[in-house]
Amino acid sequence: MTIKVLKAGLSTTIQDLGRPGYFHLGIPEGGAMDRFALRVANMLVGNDEGAACLEAVFMGPELEFERDTWVAVTGATMPILLDGETRDGWTSFPVKAGQVLSFGFLKTGARIYIAVAGGIDTPVQLGSRSTYVIGALGGIDGRPVAVSDMLPMGTPGKPGQRALSADLLRPAQNPVELRVLPGLYWHRITEASQERFFAEEWTVAPEADRMGYRFRGGTPMEFVPREQPFGAGSDPSNIVDGCYAYGSIQVPGGTEPIVLHRDAVSGGGYFTIGAVISADMDLIGQMQPNTRVRFVKVDMETALNARKARRERLETIRNTLAAQ
Amino acid sequence: MKTRYTFGGDEHIFVEMDDEMSLEAFFKAIAISRAVQAANIDGVTEILPANASFEVRFNPDIIHPDDMMARLKELEGTANTAEPRMTTRIIEVPVYYQDPWTHETLMRFRERHQDPSATDLEYAARINGYDSVEAFIEAHHAQPWFVSMVGFVSGLPFLYQLVEREKQIEVPKYLRPRTDTPKLTVGYGGCFSCIYSVRGAGGYQMFGITPMPIYDPQQKVSYLKDFMVFFRPGDIVKFAPVDRETYDRIVAEVEAGTFTPRMAEVTFDLDAFNADMRGTNARLMEALNDN
Repeated sequence: MTIKVLKAGLSTTIQDLGRPGYFHLGIPEGGAMDRFALRVANMLVGNDEGAACLEAVFMGPELEFERDTWVAVTGATMPILLDGETRDGWTSFPVKAGQVLSFGFLKTGARIYIAVAGGIDTPVQLGSRSTYVIGALGGIDGRPVAVSDMLPMGTPGKPGQRALSADLLRPAQNPVELRVLPGLYWHRITEASQERFFAEEWTVAPEADRMGYRFRGGTPMEFVPREQPFGAGSDPSNIVDGCYAYGSIQVPGGTEPIVLHRDAVSGGGYFTIGAVISADMDLIGQMQPNTRVRFVKVDMETALNARKARRERLETIRNTLAAQ
Repeated sequence: MKTRYTFGGDEHIFVEMDDEMSLEAFFKAIAISRAVQAANIDGVTEILPANASFEVRFNPDIIHPDDMMARLKELEGTANTAEPRMTTRIIEVPVYYQDPWTHETLMRFRERHQDPSATDLEYAARINGYDSVEAFIEAHHAQPWFVSMVGFVSGLPFLYQLVEREKQIEVPKYLRPRTDTPKLTVGYGGCFSCIYSVRGAGGYQMFGITPMPIYDPQQKVSYLKDFMVFFRPGDIVKFAPVDRETYDRIVAEVEAGTFTPRMAEVTFDLDAFNADMRGTNARLMEALNDN
């Protein structure tokens, strides 16, 4: 049984929790940009937390269901319409065969996650259904979904009426604070530039996608003078090509920082100044261009505590929803 | 060589063997990454060897970052005693230099380049002291290359030229990365050549294009049926210049499933190479001819 795609949206891709293990060959982990939203969407419809969902950015798709099922939409705030009637986000709702799910204009956030009972059941490639468009891997022929695609649905787990109470949602922030652990090639910029990076306000540039988010608005960085090492290239922002970390912040030419995200390139020749902590990566997935951002300097202990807090929030949600 | 350890957020440790490129740094990075793999440390999720560095990704819920760091430092000693020698393969990669597709692309991104009035090849030839683009192209394909890293995007090889350091080509990357690069472009940045496995963003200078696919997620290409990625670290590459006619013929052969890359098994010994570079290269290329 399938879901028929009537309208595809802007770039709607099939995503799960990704395919770790191939980054050394340049194939990134991928998976949902906002893993929290994907996990909760799956919990709401009684799926395994890592089941494949649709991730739609800025604009929702229009979908017709071929059988009765349950659906939940999480992530960004966007009016959810079933045969034109409003449904709530972060809440599961029943869908009858032949009904059409559509969406209004995006209000806040950037990406919605549409979970269906049983998950999207496209073929697994290298351990995941996640679509990696750059490498034409996963999803449907490695591309975003298109009009008249028929998306296979898996066998439902334990769907039912469930809703997430507002107090368990992440609080909205403006500007968004992204916590950063300085490191990697942090020593390449001057102390004044290091201080300015955290002091100044940045905004999300139009070049923001699954590979990385670019930021602008801050002062160009000054480099600590050095003779460029052999093999790095002559620009002071060049290094001998090395591996990149998920969340790492590269600054080509010292001007616009780029935070690598789920579909990250695995390496390259631009210096990096540290990385956004793992607990804050999901927040980036919900940022639109022009979103105001502050980078906040933290240490390892803070990063690990934030990770723990995120895990506990999910555990609370898991227990709450299991009881419904 | 001075090893430098640093955290990349709470899930990665980045280890730089040296801030400059050398085969010694590469062999040390690959030796440690193999030692980490063999140690089978609980919580390690990815091991990424690179040109002169390597990175470990780990789950900090399973192993504390400080403990992970301590384990890596312990393993550095093991790697220092590893012999810089490997059994590998040499592969001939046909290249159509100055092709129309990379030319069209480089013209579209001129404002991101150091020298908007020249092509990437003209610029690279000039700053490396060559009289002509032709002489520069000859220098690019005459001697073999060593795959010192696979990554960036799906299966992209970074290639290090097997010549004396003073003869190695060096060029800067684009001032700002391009948003487009044709699939199978032969590029250059720093002291590395590369082959872009897929179409996409890139910062390397563009010299030409190969008709030989090196990544195929559908695994339809005859020599990529076992695994979708062709290159692995340690492979040796000999570029062979081809004209448009040969390029088109190979494209058709790949399509028909009749193209097989020319390759042979060889041993690469770093000490032997350092003692006699041209002699070692001649023997490597000879293996290709014997096959």
